[in-house]
Amino acid sequence: MLSAVPAGGPAYRQRQHRRSLFMAALLTAMLALACLDLMSGATRIDVPGLWRLLLSTGPSDPTMQAIVWHVRMPQALMALLVGAALGLAGAEMQTVLNNPLASPFTLGVSSAAALGAALTLILGWRVAGIPADYVLVFNAFALAVACAMMLDAVARRSHIGAAAIVLFGIALVFTFNALLALVQLMANAADLQDLVFWMMGSLARSDWNKVAMMGAGLLLVFPFSLRNAWQLTAMRFGDDRAASFGVDVQRVRRNALLRVSVLAALAVALVGVIGFVGLIAPHIARRLWGEDHRWYLPASACVGCVILIAASVASKLISDQMIVPVGIVTTLVGIPFFVVTLMRRRVL
Amino acid sequence: MSTAPAMPSGDGLAVRGLSCRLGTNPVLQSLDLPALPPGHVAALLGPNGSGKSTLLRSISGLVPATASMLSWNGADLRTQTAQARSKHIRYLPQSLPESIHLTVTEAVLVALHAHGALPSHRALDRADTVLHELGIGHLGPGYLDELSGGQRQLVGLAQALVREPAVLLLDEPLASLDLNYQHHVMQLLKRLAREHQLLIMIVLHDLNMALRYADTALLLRRGALLASGAPTSVVSPANLADAFQIHARVESCSKGYSNVVVDDLIQL
Repeated sequence: MLSAVPAGGPAYRQRQHRRSLFMAALLTAMLALACLDLMSGATRIDVPGLWRLLLSTGPSDPTMQAIVWHVRMPQALMALLVGAALGLAGAEMQTVLNNPLASPFTLGVSSAAALGAALTLILGWRVAGIPADYVLVFNAFALAVACAMMLDAVARRSHIGAAAIVLFGIALVFTFNALLALVQLMANAADLQDLVFWMMGSLARSDWNKVAMMGAGLLLVFPFSLRNAWQLTAMRFGDDRAASFGVDVQRVRRNALLRVSVLAALAVALVGVIGFVGLIAPHIARRLWGEDHRWYLPASACVGCVILIAASVASKLISDQMIVPVGIVTTLVGIPFFVVTLMRRRVL
Repeated sequence: MSTAPAMPSGDGLAVRGLSCRLGTNPVLQSLDLPALPPGHVAALLGPNGSGKSTLLRSISGLVPATASMLSWNGADLRTQTAQARSKHIRYLPQSLPESIHLTVTEAVLVALHAHGALPSHRALDRADTVLHELGIGHLGPGYLDELSGGQRQLVGLAQALVREPAVLLLDEPLASLDLNYQHHVMQLLKRLAREHQLLIMIVLHDLNMALRYADTALLLRRGALLASGAPTSVVSPANLADAFQIHARVESCSKGYSNVVVDDLIQL
């Protein structure tokens, strides 16, 4: 139908090459921060020491080996996996709800998951033959899905704008937080201490089993996200235009929110509520890689990794006496970012 | 002037008895359109709220509608989902969102890939070809959020054209464009309709554009077809008074183009 084919590919391919280089640089930074995280803590390790411990070359202290392999390594891997999960979940939410302020934390999905997990912890819900951690994750997931579907129902109303979705999300946050407070009221002193520490968002209780659960969840979800990359990119042009491109908008949105629920539920159930990573990471990824979701989704995940592993390092450096829960660090950094985004994008 | 002539379901778009409700509000009421053959530019005219956009969205399957006949080249569209219709019918909403950080080439590739994979080199060639055909090949590497409104509108058109649709449904594509771009887009659409045997239905508020570029005009009022036919017969003082509540004349300029001159509003 259309006439001569002019050459325009080189500029496109050059940009793709540049994006690959950005991604390589980010992965290098991530690796460096992960090493720094392994070296930081009450007992500091230097680079040659870490090298010896990781590769088991030369003599090394068995206590330090235990600390690195059974405490710091699971924590560092958990930071990377949870960061990736929150970055990916935030990116998908911002796209399908067409809202730059959307993230599991800001629109209540994390709070819903936290309520599900807290109910399991406090009421001692168990299912015979199923490990307690799995029951915790499942209940967190059930409430996260319920919250995501409520957001979906609101977003589907064509006259609802971005502001209304944010306001509805904030209402959900308050509702789930109020119910969470009620659960705390019912808890005994020991459970309450556990609950409060967990709600701050901490990597301190990570172990290899939890790392495996988080990793499996991410591995399960990520290929489906990538498979929908073009459809998700199309949805950035609005529902009508995406549908005109042949995208089944309702199905893509529902599936994306289900993936968000899985990721948020796992993250919350395993490390507690960690705020703002899911909000910040997609914004950084969007600026550096653009919104072609073949790049944007993995980039958001990688930026999420870098933010959370950097927060983990910072949480160890803030005080010599204690490790500050990483959720506090991300929230303190995230709030100014949230406000600046609100002012610059004029979303309300 | 004619109102909904009887029509065989041969070539082109056939619409009969089309009704659509949005909530409890009946927006289109048993609408019959004349035959709209391939290669035609049909201007959709009417006051605000007359159902122009809803008509386009109903044909493309984006809103639920009922019809005794809705077909393209004899194929029944009523049984097809919006996704299935999108293979030959492309609906273009008013304007591209401003804040999308995608390159122009990527924006066009999305329209190609969203409904199924195409080998990347072929997709890239097609995207480039369409952009050049629209005269915006040089914009390919630039970002959408750095373009002017007119340039973004042309990118939107490239998205609609890249999958070689048979029917283009354009909802106010001239809104927010300056005079130069308005004529550029209309001339382009006219040429594309002729060269590629495209049926283009286009919502226009500028009646002079309809008089100058459209082959057929469809005048809607309160969800029903008030008049249809050649633009010069549809855009008449009587129809303008009926549809828009204005006293107006249609006069020819020294170059032979018809123009609407509004004298006054009709006081109700």
